Amino acid sequence: MSGAPLKIQLVGLYTIVRKETSRVARIWVQTIVPPAITMSLYFVIFGNLIGRRIGDMGGFDYMQFMAPGLIMMSVITSSYGNVVSSFFGAKFQGYLQEMLVSPLSGWVIILGHVMGGVVRGLAVGAIVTVVTLFFTEIDVKHPFIAFAVLILTAMVFSMAGMINAIFARKFDDIAIIPAFILAPLTYLGGVFYTTSLLPDFWAGLSKFNPILYMVNGFRYGIIGVSDISIGSAFAVILIFLVLFAVTCYYLIHKGIGLRD
Amino acid sequence: MCRMKALAINSLTKTYPNGIRALRGIDLDVEEGDFFALLGPNGAGKTTTIGIITSLVNKTAGDIRVFGHSLDNDIYAAKACIGVVPQEINMNLYESCYDIVMNQAGYYGIPRSQAAVHTEAMLRQLQLWDRRDDQARGLSGGMKRRLMIARALVHSPKLLILDEPTAGVDIEIRRSMWGFLKEINEQGTTIILTTHYLEEAETLCRNIAIIDDGRIVENDRMSAILRKLHQEVFVLDLVNPLDAAPVLADFKVRSVSESELEVEVGKGQSINDLFSLLNERGIAVSSMRNKTNRLEELFIRLTQRKDASIEGSDR
Repeated sequence: MSGAPLKIQLVGLYTIVRKETSRVARIWVQTIVPPAITMSLYFVIFGNLIGRRIGDMGGFDYMQFMAPGLIMMSVITSSYGNVVSSFFGAKFQGYLQEMLVSPLSGWVIILGHVMGGVVRGLAVGAIVTVVTLFFTEIDVKHPFIAFAVLILTAMVFSMAGMINAIFARKFDDIAIIPAFILAPLTYLGGVFYTTSLLPDFWAGLSKFNPILYMVNGFRYGIIGVSDISIGSAFAVILIFLVLFAVTCYYLIHKGIGLRD
Repeated sequence: MCRMKALAINSLTKTYPNGIRALRGIDLDVEEGDFFALLGPNGAGKTTTIGIITSLVNKTAGDIRVFGHSLDNDIYAAKACIGVVPQEINMNLYESCYDIVMNQAGYYGIPRSQAAVHTEAMLRQLQLWDRRDDQARGLSGGMKRRLMIARALVHSPKLLILDEPTAGVDIEIRRSMWGFLKEINEQGTTIILTTHYLEEAETLCRNIAIIDDGRIVENDRMSAILRKLHQEVFVLDLVNPLDAAPVLADFKVRSVSESELEVEVGKGQSINDLFSLLNERGIAVSSMRNKTNRLEELFIRLTQRKDASIEGSDR
């Protein structure tokens, strides 16, 4: 099979990324502001009011312990939400066909949307970080690790959002996964606590939650402590990255949920 | 000179997952530079055929080549040759007209500086330049259709496929769109058109295929197809009213009203003979028109004949 000319793919990729980031900026009240407000409330209620009574967690002030988890939580929900709503909107209104009839490869369509999700995830993460600084100090221990975990996690959840959008047939279908799977996994993924507090059974069960590895990997990068070894965290993130990337490509290439 | 085939379809079949056989083995060739009509009743398989050509529908079997590029082995080159205007409005209604066309250019690999020139040219040609900054949702139905044509043409496709492009468009805009389509066809773009307005097909297209029940039931030059009509029905407006239809040798005449007659003129019969007979009886005619569009008559005959045979079969 003849390949797609590189120039077409690069221009196409730039076009998708530009379109997706413009969308995030155009509807910033929906895309950027709500997570910032939600996270501020978490800091005020759980960090400032309740956190004082909790005391130290993992050797850190509770607010400092919780901050990386909240930043990661906002990145996960924003990157997922961006791609699932953008891609499903395009599919539902039919303008996804603009890309499907064009000579863009499936990888470019995936990468373009993933980059859009990452941009929104990082934008929200940056704002939540700024909000964090109003409540506590952050002394980043391993900036490269923190950044790498953040980017890779945003990519994983952007692709998860795309898979959800491909299978979704109505708007209800894009609300089910975030409400019934993503939110519980995030809340049980060590955002608010260390798994060392859990009974052995629940601590062991938590190891099957991929978000635990992402939150702890990022926490290691920010404050230098983690329930999970950083190697395991990267391994799990990369496994999901490859798994979701291959799934996305297969679905788009075969047209499952998009054609017929 | 042997012209290249803009589109070559061989043994194309499509069976949907629910078991519906939309296409039952279609063979179709469209020459480069042609203005080709693909007609058929609702559910005949037109949109499925177009969907497969434009990679929006998976085929079950068969082979499609666009300017020699196989959709199976050389899909990116094939796709680059095609521009499509779908039946349904399929654009982001919250984007500006300018962005919609610019983005489409980007998807075909046209750099932004060059895309801006193409976009302006297309929007000006389709009289949308003044509305370039407006969101698409603010446009009228006709403007949205024109915007979809601009979007389809921005990468200068060699093959333009229009699936009922003038549906719901008023007569004035429809005729201006016809003029525009004729112009781009004369400039070398091959055009495939599906339409329910048979006058549109007769006015614009040189070749025609009629598809019914997933099969091509007619495929020829427009002029050859129209010659196959064995008769035409004319409506004559009379100067003076008549109580009953006159009996004219060799012509079937029916009275529609006191001042209107319907006359069947068969192949080989002359309208001069008809008027001679009317003159002999002192019947003066003020005006005359075809009862139906000629292509429409043939279309109905072909598809009705099919229906009749289906009714008579075991299906």
